[in-house]
Amino acid sequence: MKRWANTGTGPNPAAGERQQGRRGAAIRRNLPTAGLLLLLVACWELACRIFEIPPQQLPAPSAIGRAFFENFTILAVQARASLAAAGAGLLMALLLAVLLAVAMDRSPLIKRFLYPLLVISQTVPIYALAPLFLIWFGLGLFSKVVIVSLVCFFPLAVNLVEGLEQVDPEALELLRTMQAGPWLVFRSLQLPSVLPYFFSGLKIAVTYSVIGAVIGEWIGARAGLGVFMLRSLHAFKTAQVFAAIIAVVLLSLLLFKLTELLAWLAMPWNRAGRNNIEEE
Amino acid sequence: MKPKLLLENISATYTAGAEPLPVIDALSLHVAPGEFVSLLGPSGSGKSTLLKIAAGLIRPERGRVFLDGREVTGRPARVGYMPQQDLLFPWKTLLQNAALPLLAAGVPREAAYSRVMEMLPVFGLERFAHYYPNQLSGGMRQRAALLRTILVESGLLLLDEPFAALDALTRDKMRDWLLAIWEQFKRSVLFVTHSIDEAIYLSDRVCMISARPGRIILDQPITLPRPRTRQITNEPLFLEYKQKLFASLEE
Repeated sequence: MKRWANTGTGPNPAAGERQQGRRGAAIRRNLPTAGLLLLLVACWELACRIFEIPPQQLPAPSAIGRAFFENFTILAVQARASLAAAGAGLLMALLLAVLLAVAMDRSPLIKRFLYPLLVISQTVPIYALAPLFLIWFGLGLFSKVVIVSLVCFFPLAVNLVEGLEQVDPEALELLRTMQAGPWLVFRSLQLPSVLPYFFSGLKIAVTYSVIGAVIGEWIGARAGLGVFMLRSLHAFKTAQVFAAIIAVVLLSLLLFKLTELLAWLAMPWNRAGRNNIEEE
Repeated sequence: MKPKLLLENISATYTAGAEPLPVIDALSLHVAPGEFVSLLGPSGSGKSTLLKIAAGLIRPERGRVFLDGREVTGRPARVGYMPQQDLLFPWKTLLQNAALPLLAAGVPREAAYSRVMEMLPVFGLERFAHYYPNQLSGGMRQRAALLRTILVESGLLLLDEPFAALDALTRDKMRDWLLAIWEQFKRSVLFVTHSIDEAIYLSDRVCMISARPGRIILDQPITLPRPRTRQITNEPLFLEYKQKLFASLEE
């Protein structure tokens, strides 16, 4: 196996250099965004000081920063609880989405019945249903997992269904003339064709998952960033609310970047540069 | 001698449009073992459809398909089918792409890969085993696709205008190269093309198919000596065939 285990970047010596160049370009591309953000924060800080806005109403960025670092350990503990709900919900959504997408791909009848239901399910305001889940499933982790999975299910399922629809019929025919079995067809054609669609769905789903978990905790939970937010709000510690918001943003960004990394790892053919070999 | 492939009274109708459109009308055709037969005809004459029927991907409305004397109508039999696009999977390296038919036949991965590695030099691809298709040139991709087709290890190759997407110079090279490969592996070939020169240059026999609905209007044996080189295109016999095929197209 080892002899063939080339990931494809091997024969392309320029790839390393290009990688470095791309990273530099990425930093340069993000520079304006970072500058703008910094400018806004500076204006905010100045406004709070000049107009002497009460910190309960709108804390200055410096106060928020202080609150973030003072409560860092608590925030980390609460973030772990939220992350558990988000992760478990995401996993459940993924399982459900894959099962349904494969079923819909196999049977047009199932698709005709289920697909409209899927869309309708998305028009139901899940956050409004959340209190009901609390009644049904209790204050524990499970009610949060249900909320998260309902929120994340849709982007995953829709993208998977679409990805399976886009599998090249000519390629399927080609495999039939080789008399390839269903497992080989899945492994060599369907799965790789679906991956880009799957990852666009997953990118949306992971960001939804943290928000879903926080809202679930808001409505009722024993731990989590949502609980921390609510407690801080009731104690008029507005800076802590903002600190929790920062934690939510960081957590979502982290999951998003992790998904991008996963996509990069899962699809090595996308990063193999074009070599533009001439005819020999 | 039993023909490798026998198409008997094939009729097919295209039904996706508003009215049913007859594409092939009671067409019969055979390919003898080791024979190179070209199917020549105007576009829209149902050549690709016929090839798909021969590969068992489409069930004909009427008629039967025999492979080695066994009826296989409407069932995908193990044939080396190569469509117009190379259909190399972009997520697989050249090695992995070419090994697919072997894996489909149940050959263990390790053995399949070494088999492909042995074949790569024949196809001039030995340096590119670990390249992805989008890193290869058009001619190389076509050669890789043909390697994959040959590795189906069926005695029959069904090639649907495999060189149509290439530039003229590359196409010429690929023709010579296909002939060399064919002489080496001695498979039966049914080759779809709409180039008269290409058909004469490559084939033992050229079947001219009419415009829709497709019927064989001329079955012309080509007795030019082999191995053939490009000088042969200037021989009087070559030009005679060319005129004859042209004339049948005009009718």
